[in-house]
Amino acid sequence: MRGRLPANVIIWALLLTAPFWLPLIGGYTALASRILIFALGAMGLNLLLGFTGMMSFGQAAYFGLGGYGAGLALVHLASSSWLAVLIGTLAGGAAALLIGPLVMHRRGIYFAMITVAVGQIFYFIAERWDSFTGGQDGLTGFSRQPLHFSGYAISLRDVPFYYFVLFFFAIGAGLVALLLHSPLGHTFVAIRENRRRATFLGIHVERYVWASFAIAGLIGGLAGALNALQNNFISPENLYWVESGNFVIIAVLGGMRSFWGPLIGSIIFIGVQDYVSSILPNNWETVIGALFIVVVLFFPTGVLGIIRRGVRPA
Amino acid sequence: MSLLRLENVSRSFGRLLALQNLSLEMDEGQLYAVIGPNGAGKTTLFNLISGFFPANSGEIWFDGARITRLAPERRVAAGLVRTFQITEIFPELSVFENIRIGVEAQMGCSSKPWPSQSLARQINRRVEEILTVTDLVLRADRTVSVLTHGDQRVVEVAIALSRRPKLLLLDEPTAGMGRAETDHMVNLIRSLHEKQKLSILFIEHDMDVVFGIADRISVLHYGRVLAAGTPKEIAADPRVQAAYLGEAA
Repeated sequence: MRGRLPANVIIWALLLTAPFWLPLIGGYTALASRILIFALGAMGLNLLLGFTGMMSFGQAAYFGLGGYGAGLALVHLASSSWLAVLIGTLAGGAAALLIGPLVMHRRGIYFAMITVAVGQIFYFIAERWDSFTGGQDGLTGFSRQPLHFSGYAISLRDVPFYYFVLFFFAIGAGLVALLLHSPLGHTFVAIRENRRRATFLGIHVERYVWASFAIAGLIGGLAGALNALQNNFISPENLYWVESGNFVIIAVLGGMRSFWGPLIGSIIFIGVQDYVSSILPNNWETVIGALFIVVVLFFPTGVLGIIRRGVRPA
Repeated sequence: MSLLRLENVSRSFGRLLALQNLSLEMDEGQLYAVIGPNGAGKTTLFNLISGFFPANSGEIWFDGARITRLAPERRVAAGLVRTFQITEIFPELSVFENIRIGVEAQMGCSSKPWPSQSLARQINRRVEEILTVTDLVLRADRTVSVLTHGDQRVVEVAIALSRRPKLLLLDEPTAGMGRAETDHMVNLIRSLHEKQKLSILFIEHDMDVVFGIADRISVLHYGRVLAAGTPKEIAADPRVQAAYLGEAA
């Protein structure tokens, strides 16, 4: 980690000042919020995917549940953006905590399949339960609420909302960074590196897969809650397996083994989505798909892997 | 009291009887070798002791407790730690990080998300100790996948040591090594036994190594113990000579 401090400082400085410089290069603040939200969701997933070595294809379930948690909290509980984020985060985390024991015994492709299957269950529930979730049309009728600080109200328009998102992104990213430098994070990586050796060092591998899965879901829920607040809307599409695939693509594009990989991946993914769909509506996925194939074939360590090691095709 | 005792242990794979009614007893402080021709059941024996798979029948006792059906993780916690015939390490991590995983498991803090400064220092100190004992200090920051085969095998022993074993199981520690690497490994095993008073059970093909360091030997042949005793007794045993040593010579 020594010597990486400057990179961290640069990244945080850029994030803190994004609303000021982004318009200069043709971006806009809401785009930056979206990038952060998807980066956060992918960072959570990457704890499981890149650092524990478990191929999860179900991150959208917890992202979507976070969104519904936030939306439903605003509709039914109280007009508080803080509470909405809290409820959404806990919804994603609690669901992953409960689902964990169902999936933790599986490995490889079986783990991927069961995480997809569980995700689809949430999708169908959200789609069918019209009276509670709004069904196929999605959940509407809520909007992000101003924040109140001892008498002052800050409305979460464009720029304030970006900082609201950045605040939670910092918490989520900070949590992941802390974990990766802790014995728990070391144990996750040990499982990725050699499951058998870990077992024969007395590590109960499945319990740690469960823990990693639950934390990934918690962070996914946080990202999903922020996503619902950004759009003032949440639909079953956010729970769909295609959305899970998006998170995997973001993590892989940026670099699964890198802490910042998901952020880089999200910049590319959301950036391409925004830019290409303005020129070629309905075709941005083709461009992302092509990009993804190139990265997987030639740069398996992702964009950050290229930057860190110099271009060295596999 | 014996440290490890196997009573009439059997294991078959389909119709192949890998081990038949095998009994073996090892005392604390011994440097015990298991030898035998290929297919004699040596690695199967290790797999049963370490819990890689269960025995079909018989009982295994370790340190006064019956461990026959215990999960492998719990056997490790009880002090039974093994290496593998084909090196099992954490390839993309440094030597230091490889050992640290075991140290953290040993200290019961593998699940700690935010360790205190003093715990982190304690962990690092213990890793340094093991690096010193295994003579890996100079390679501490190297990624283990780029080390030589011999060094990787030493790293696996170091990882095993991080769990402070009561009994260390080494499956062919010198497999695939040249002379110099073998000597290095032999010296390490000997010093662990003599200086750290570690009990070690090892499988070995190299007879120079076995007769050079073991204080007790069991000879396996077709899944049974053909003979057990001191190196002198084994070397003089006509059955062993007929079945194994003669054949090898």
